Amino acid sequence: MRYIPHTAEDVRQMLETVGVTSVDDLFAEIPSSLRLQRPLALGEPLSESELLSKIRRLAAQNATADTHASFLGGGAYNHFIPAVIDQLISRSEFYTAYTPYQPEISQGTLQAIFEYQTLICQLTGMDAANASMYDGASGCAEAVLMAVRATGRRRILLSSALHPEYLATVRTYCRYLDLELVDVPIDALGGTDGAALLRLLDDRTAALVSGYPNFFGVIEDLSVQAAAVHAVGGRLVTVVQEPIALGLLKSPGELGADIVVGEGQSFGIPLSYGGPYLGFFAARRGDIRSMPGRLVGQTSDREGRRGFVLTLATREQHIRREKATSNICSNQGLCALMATIYLALLGKAGIREVAGQNLAKAEYAKGKIAALPGFSLPLSGATFNEFVVEADEGAAPALERLEKKGILGGIPLQRYFGGMDKRFLVCVTEQNSREEIDALVSALAGGKR
Amino acid sequence: MKSLGTQGLILNEKLLFEHSDPGRKGYSLPRLDVPPVRLPDALVREEVPGFPELSEVDVVRHFTRLSTWNYGVDSGFYPLGSCTMKYNPKVNEVAARTPGMAAAHPSIPDHLSQGALALMHDLQQALAEISGFPAVTLQPAAGAHGELAGMLMIRAWHEAQGNSRKKVLIPDTAHGTNPATAALCGYEVVPIVSDGVLSAAAVAAAMDGEVAALMITNPNTLGLFEAQIKEICQIVHEGGGLVYCDGANLNALMGIARPGDMGIDVMHFNLHKTFATPHGGGGPGSGPVGVTAALAPFLPVPVVVEEQGIYRLEVDRPRSIGRMKAFAGHFGIMLRAWAYIRSMGGEGLKRASEMAVLNANYIRARLEGTYHLPYTARSLHEVVFSDRDLGGNCHTLDLAKRLIDYGYHPPTIYFPLVVKGAIMIEPTETESKEVIDEFCDAMLAIAAEAGASPELLHQAPKKTRVGRMDETGAARKPRLKWEK
Repeated sequence: MRYIPHTAEDVRQMLETVGVTSVDDLFAEIPSSLRLQRPLALGEPLSESELLSKIRRLAAQNATADTHASFLGGGAYNHFIPAVIDQLISRSEFYTAYTPYQPEISQGTLQAIFEYQTLICQLTGMDAANASMYDGASGCAEAVLMAVRATGRRRILLSSALHPEYLATVRTYCRYLDLELVDVPIDALGGTDGAALLRLLDDRTAALVSGYPNFFGVIEDLSVQAAAVHAVGGRLVTVVQEPIALGLLKSPGELGADIVVGEGQSFGIPLSYGGPYLGFFAARRGDIRSMPGRLVGQTSDREGRRGFVLTLATREQHIRREKATSNICSNQGLCALMATIYLALLGKAGIREVAGQNLAKAEYAKGKIAALPGFSLPLSGATFNEFVVEADEGAAPALERLEKKGILGGIPLQRYFGGMDKRFLVCVTEQNSREEIDALVSALAGGKR
Repeated sequence: MKSLGTQGLILNEKLLFEHSDPGRKGYSLPRLDVPPVRLPDALVREEVPGFPELSEVDVVRHFTRLSTWNYGVDSGFYPLGSCTMKYNPKVNEVAARTPGMAAAHPSIPDHLSQGALALMHDLQQALAEISGFPAVTLQPAAGAHGELAGMLMIRAWHEAQGNSRKKVLIPDTAHGTNPATAALCGYEVVPIVSDGVLSAAAVAAAMDGEVAALMITNPNTLGLFEAQIKEICQIVHEGGGLVYCDGANLNALMGIARPGDMGIDVMHFNLHKTFATPHGGGGPGSGPVGVTAALAPFLPVPVVVEEQGIYRLEVDRPRSIGRMKAFAGHFGIMLRAWAYIRSMGGEGLKRASEMAVLNANYIRARLEGTYHLPYTARSLHEVVFSDRDLGGNCHTLDLAKRLIDYGYHPPTIYFPLVVKGAIMIEPTETESKEVIDEFCDAMLAIAAEAGASPELLHQAPKKTRVGRMDETGAARKPRLKWEK
């Protein structure tokens, strides 16, 4: 086996030093009744070439943006990934290291996380960001728990326009914590219903959680929500599932958000069938000690040289155990590095330009689809790069027709919401050419004749 | 004493933000082929304040220099106890980048993602075979996330029996995630004192009608097999509770013994430990969970199911605890673990566990007598010493820093908590006798230095780009982001 270096002679000498006669003797503490008496049924080992051809055969059974024109979004986005990212994260000093427990030989990871934390603060308009959570959904659940800790209150208002899988994750995390989870309905714009929100807010409310842009792609009015939730002493938790939007939109911090979480996959991380992605998490200065997850801070060594360390660890499970702010024990280190490199490459001009292209292309597609007989845009709120389409013929038949023409036209909302069988969610990014969008539109129109 | 550690030219590097020069660009985009659009001014920001402006070359040099300040498994021996820092095979990295895998969108309909689903299903089956649990979920994102899924399933099972219990028993050798997870499930944590290994009598004494579960790690964090595991499971089951196993140390047991055959009800896997996926500087990992048939209905969704050669993601499972995250899990990590398992085969995995255990015992044999060994039962995949016998007022931290000067990543230190000044060494199977001999020589040389010239330890590390950091200052006045 090429990953195990021991020769027969090595084994013999080592056993002699240990003072046993066989490898089997090393397992003497395991009662024989518990020993597996047969080989594991996992087949013969594959050579490198056999393994790669097996993977390629499997990969050929998956559709991607290379095989189809893809308009799928809904929490995972097809953005361009600059070649630099994979080259740099393939430096094995980055990817074969672990948590930077020993700062003297981990300054590369630590400085990169410090830069990542800074970039997330700049994008979200917040004071402090952690080193990352598993993904947007689990980050959203952790934000709910943090709002409960920070306010001492137990009632959480959840916008129904949040990503349904994020909502499901929040419910899982809160299952046995005796919290009151209240749904706030959606209005005709496709945003969180403001009138219902005012009715549901009270002085027991720890937080309102809403999306920006939300699951339907709609840009919510955060400043109105912030004013309302602050009036009862609660926190506004803002969830950003498509953070490219923050290249163009006012930051949640500027609009009054108290905790901002989101999905960082858009920042140079491959779609990879759903993960690993990147949960970003940012908060206000006064709440830093209630935050979950790792934090990197700047300090200096004995000779006054600048350096970085993991800090404020007294919030964390390895010190506080059952009193920790979270049970999380890792971060998405390499994914955070990808995002840092992506944002460094794009910089001030690039984040704005890529966001502008997403908006322009989505608006172009919206205009064309809205003009098609048999199709409409049921939600009237302003959107970024995703929008909901309603098909008179039903979403499933429309999407099937598109698929036959090599187009993945969107996500049917019936998957998540009862009674939405005519609606689907369309996403357009900088990766979709005008030609592709025109093909989508004409394929949709084709069904009417 | 020969040392791997030396000094060469190490380049300084500023922060990204300190490099920035207005007008520099590091990206390219296709020309916009549709009319530009303006959003209402009220919605739009002028710019992202503070964002850097860099060329591609600036960015590449920046991160390349940062990488040289790190130490990874590919740099050298990384015996970080409990973390299983084994070699990360390169072919798995290539496999994960196969376009049909890396570019697959998670919301593609099942009939257009059969390759991804087939791989996941095969991994579920392989993990079931290795662990002895009939049902496996791949959804959790990391070990601690798997723990949470597992403990939520235990609670859901109790609730389904109409029997909501309040307490979870956790031995003093446990990882900190165990009590933190139990608390997240609304449980009260009851610590149990072990004497290196947990005795059935101690568990029996702690059992009562309020105990929902025991959380155990096997082999435990001292590297010792919990030899009374079968009796312990029986006692917990007879008392109406369930047994959770932290699977962090599965690297000692592959093909040797299966947790599912010991009476354990739930266990998480750490794909980034046992199954050789890279640790990534802190993640991403992946934490699948295996359960008994009785707990299978409570698995988080989605679960990959197969019917007549067709695979699908099953989400409609009425007794499920729900979702742990968005989408199906860390697919890119699952793929690497699958590639590892297929490359090793059953015999290869068993050989890996055997050599991991041999390496740990060899280190123990070479260092015992110089370093104090607080627990003397036979070690499995790791060995825990203490700093009791180090001279010159030197402590575990000093030893760790001095090891850096010798060219090694230090072991896990000050854990498990039951050992004062713990030095927890896990070599894994991918290290040769030669590497391990050199490491042991360094450990012995440092023990001699502690007596003869302790300042070498107290001032270590000397060969790194920066020395020991002011961690107290960092926590007292947190600076968590760059400011001009």
